[in-house]
Amino acid sequence: MSEILAQLMLDGHKIAFEPGQTILQAALAAGVYIPHLCAHPEFEPHGSCKLCTVVVNGRNGSACTIKAMPGQDVLSDTPELNLRRRTLLQMLFAEGNHFCPGCEKSGNCQLQALAYDLEMFDPHFAQFFPAREADGTHPEAFLDFNRCIMCELCVRASRDVDGKNVFALAGRGRDTHIIVNSPSGKLGDSTFSIHDKAGQVCPVGAILPKEVGFVRPIGERLYDHDTIAEVALREDATWREGEK
Amino acid sequence: MSALETAETKQNLRRIAIDPVTRVEGHGKVTILLDDNNRVHQVRLHIVEFRGFEAFIEGRPFWEVPVVVQRLCGICPVSHHLAAVKAMDHIAGYHSLTPTAEKLRRLMHYGQILQSHAVHFFHLASPDLLLGFDSEPTRRNIVGVAAQFPEIALQGVLLRKYGQEIIRHTSGKRIHGTGAIPGGVNKTLTAAEREELRREIDIMIGWARDAVGLVAQLHATRPDFYDAFGEFPSNMMGLAAPNGALELYDGSLRARDASGAMIFDQVPCSDYDSLLQEEVKPWTYMKFPHIRSLGAEAGWYKVGPLARIQTCDFIPTPLAEEERKKFMAQGGGKPRHGTLLFHWARMIEALHAVETIRDLLDDPDIVGIDLMGEKGERHTEAVGVIEAPRGTLFHHYRVGADDLVSYCNLIVSTTNNNQAMNEAIRSVAKDHLSGHEVTEGLLNHIEVAIRAYDPCLSCATHAIGQMPLQVDLRDASGALVGRRRKNFSGDAA
Ligand code: SF4
Ligand code: FES
Repeated sequence: MSEILAQLMLDGHKIAFEPGQTILQAALAAGVYIPHLCAHPEFEPHGSCKLCTVVVNGRNGSACTIKAMPGQDVLSDTPELNLRRRTLLQMLFAEGNHFCPGCEKSGNCQLQALAYDLEMFDPHFAQFFPAREADGTHPEAFLDFNRCIMCELCVRASRDVDGKNVFALAGRGRDTHIIVNSPSGKLGDSTFSIHDKAGQVCPVGAILPKEVGFVRPIGERLYDHDTIAEVALREDATWREGEK
Repeated sequence: MSALETAETKQNLRRIAIDPVTRVEGHGKVTILLDDNNRVHQVRLHIVEFRGFEAFIEGRPFWEVPVVVQRLCGICPVSHHLAAVKAMDHIAGYHSLTPTAEKLRRLMHYGQILQSHAVHFFHLASPDLLLGFDSEPTRRNIVGVAAQFPEIALQGVLLRKYGQEIIRHTSGKRIHGTGAIPGGVNKTLTAAEREELRREIDIMIGWARDAVGLVAQLHATRPDFYDAFGEFPSNMMGLAAPNGALELYDGSLRARDASGAMIFDQVPCSDYDSLLQEEVKPWTYMKFPHIRSLGAEAGWYKVGPLARIQTCDFIPTPLAEEERKKFMAQGGGKPRHGTLLFHWARMIEALHAVETIRDLLDDPDIVGIDLMGEKGERHTEAVGVIEAPRGTLFHHYRVGADDLVSYCNLIVSTTNNNQAMNEAIRSVAKDHLSGHEVTEGLLNHIEVAIRAYDPCLSCATHAIGQMPLQVDLRDASGALVGRRRKNFSGDAA
């Protein structure tokens, strides 16, 4: 009996994978970028943003949650899928208050970098303009949930790595939002520290260290010269801003 | 204050609205009330800019503000950037900058002065001055200037570009960069960037001198007209160095009256609100600031190039100072108040900016790498003041214990010049419009006066394709009796 090779087809190319890897992990290891926002190499997949949606043997699925298997024929970089990804990004932009020109995360933000990469030129949808608060009560960190995309990376990091449960998702539907677990609901009142993992994982500009905004000049920011794909595929795995 | 602010009675008066004013800020509108003999009874400039921006800043972290406020203005974002960061330096606890940081900020600012003055004069004002106030409106723009005076237009474009390159090298982008941060700057100027800028500096100085010469020459063609157009005496305010030198980045407040006598001098910028008061009028959102001690009637003033070069004792660079002296000599040593003289003063300042840029580029500190000052005690309240291209600009902030802005007050150049611009158009309306059949060319006289103070790039770019202009004639009851309009392509309809 011939051995079954740990290989799958991705956009017509054969790629090898390690048993147990997800399609996203296998693709990144093989040097192929699949857009993603809520996935992080150090955390269990979450499968919420749907940016990583691929077609596996004719069916849609999240590349960050589906395990790689021999015989899979995966489509990712197709005009149809990229169009849908762009629409998802437009929805994320419409859902929050994302004001890139004045945002200190600009140039280092995964949401913005993906929007550039997927050629999102306009917001398309009517803005929700949700009323969300900024919280400056913590001495080291500034929270601006206007920019939150509900990826729950901070929730996972605080719970699974920091063992603190500082952040949680609350509300439903349009009212879904991140809350802070403290008597006043303010970060200053919680056990959070900017050195926590939760202080380092936010892919957008919602959890930020104080007073260092704009310290890095234009031209030296993470995505000034490289696309999000190039940054994500760098071997030194410094692809998440703040984790260096 | 001019009698034309409010008509005695509105009975039997027609109303003309110039809306929007072309080649100036998007939300400018002029209303004129005329009687049956076309005599002018009331003239008002309404500006609805900047409302609400303060509320937008409140609740934001202080380090974000210098970047966000740049969105206030398309023509001088760097001025807002620097005024805000000067306040935020103190909020964050930096009470002095490193020599390199201060010089890089100055370099950015003088680059901004140069690019803004160049665009203001060459792109926006020169079409009127070179082609004629009532020349064919479809050609009365920079494209028309380029067709008739290609060399002048090219020099204007390149002077502006040089200023923009300085901004790019110091802030990372030609427009809306980040450069200055509380406590210093985020970017060095490399030796290569410095050399690139130095290579062209002598050409720029030559062109800036030519530009002063051009305005002086235009003036010489019709001195009486240039001196009297939109002329009105007023107080003048600007920043000055301790030795009385013109100072655009950081100085103390100084004001002279219309005859040149000192009203106050060396007042720290942080005392601005004890010095100035802002008056609200029912017919416009824009406030009217005036010098408190003189009252609203006598205390209003002008700011900007014409005020600055006559408020200071001297300009600290030789070529510009020489030109300033020539300019002053023509006034017989007395301050000059003609609205078109703003352009002359503007080009003298542009020359000063290029000279200062040369000196800064020659300074070894400019390529230093020590970018951040020493952090000391933080403040909860601070004022940042700068001379923006169009005049004195105040940024005042209070920041809470949570680092978020709890109070913000901005007095922009346009607001400082609000009364002066109203006076200028009233003077022009009285001298040029009153008693005549209203034509596009005559209405453009009004716009010429506003443009001498205050154009804005966001509109100016539209103006190349011609902004739509609508003039409504209404009878005393407000009913529309006639309308003249030109569309986007400038065709009259
Ligand atoms: S705050 Fe940041 S990390 Fe947390 S859910 Fe929102 S976007 Fe994700
Ligand atoms: S990355 Fe897979 S769903 Fe977000």
